[in-house]
Amino acid sequence: MTPADRFAHLADLLPADADLIRRGRWLSVECRIDVGDEPFFLTIRDGVLASLERGPRLMRSTTFVFRATGEAWTNHWKAVPAPGWHDLFALTKRGVASMDGDLRPLLQNLQYFKDLLALPRERH
Amino acid sequence: MAPQLDPMIGRYLRLEIEGVPHRLYFEEAGQGIPLVCLHTAGADNRQFRHLLADPEITSRFRVLAFDMPWHGKSTPPEGWEKTEYRLTTASYTAAIRAFCTAMELDRPAVMGCSIGGRIVLNLAIAHAAEFRALIALEAADFQQPWYDTSWLHRPDVHGGEVCAALISGLIAPHSPPVHRHETLWMYMQGGPGVFKGDLYFYRVDGDLREKVKGIDTKACPLILLTGEYDFSCTAEDTLRTASHIAGVEVQIMKEVGHFPMSENPAKFREYILPVLARIS
Repeated sequence: MTPADRFAHLADLLPADADLIRRGRWLSVECRIDVGDEPFFLTIRDGVLASLERGPRLMRSTTFVFRATGEAWTNHWKAVPAPGWHDLFALTKRGVASMDGDLRPLLQNLQYFKDLLALPRERH
Repeated sequence: MAPQLDPMIGRYLRLEIEGVPHRLYFEEAGQGIPLVCLHTAGADNRQFRHLLADPEITSRFRVLAFDMPWHGKSTPPEGWEKTEYRLTTASYTAAIRAFCTAMELDRPAVMGCSIGGRIVLNLAIAHAAEFRALIALEAADFQQPWYDTSWLHRPDVHGGEVCAALISGLIAPHSPPVHRHETLWMYMQGGPGVFKGDLYFYRVDGDLREKVKGIDTKACPLILLTGEYDFSCTAEDTLRTASHIAGVEVQIMKEVGHFPMSENPAKFREYILPVLARIS
């Protein structure tokens, strides 16, 4: 399974995590997550993933983008990630991920996004 | 049933730091060699509660952990509301020395983590003769910044929650959830702008890259311990620092992050007990 294929299951993973949805209840935003070369467009309403669209969309505008290489996501989603691959900021610090746009909703809900983007992690 | 009491006792100490009256909260337990513990940026002395309750340590050490000015239960100095808090190398060093003097500690050992580890390096540089041993956890002479601290104190982002969320990634995946979340809780409780003010020392004022070369470990032993999952102060940062200090002892801790004493007390114990045995 490619990392993008793994991320495509997010729409099944989030509804199974009621606590994460509870913590995200103040958040409504449209954002973009790039897994390697593949963009995903997320519409989040009150912490719930209202839509997850895979692949390029012409002139689609989002509030912010978080992108990381396929290698970064593969390592991040290991059951126990190795040092330096275990956090979104560890990835940005090592230069395999970046973020831009209006980062305010990301920082206002940072633990929610860290946990959301860790949902595809391999289970033991 | 008798009350179940933790062994540490908390009190408030009146003292002056750089001529300013302060009221510092500290906890202590045990008897023997004074061991002063310095918490991380934006946190407080609760990070050391497991050491304070460890009979194998308190049977040989008088463990003392104080809340830095502006942190935990230490009262911010009069007029705090009209100033922006900023920790500096000078003010941090002064606070530690003032605490040790006011408590009449005879050549204490000092163990600090993160900014506490960085300032321990400065104690080794400038005041080694005053201390019996210096232990720097998650410390380096310099670290590359990994986020913009302006996000830490602004009205549209909850300071406590963003501080905790940022540093959550510095905790190793192996650390027990109960200790992970207790560590985060302390960060959620910091005063507005205090974590940011601590990082002024870390990022702007505390570059020790040239100065560490002058450390004399014969005057005072220096031990560096860093967790492999700490991407703020990386193992490479600590090893680079150690390479400039003759006689320093250095160890990288497996399956540990930036908060060894609070994120995984049992694992940290495996590393710190042999170190403490050597200095007792």
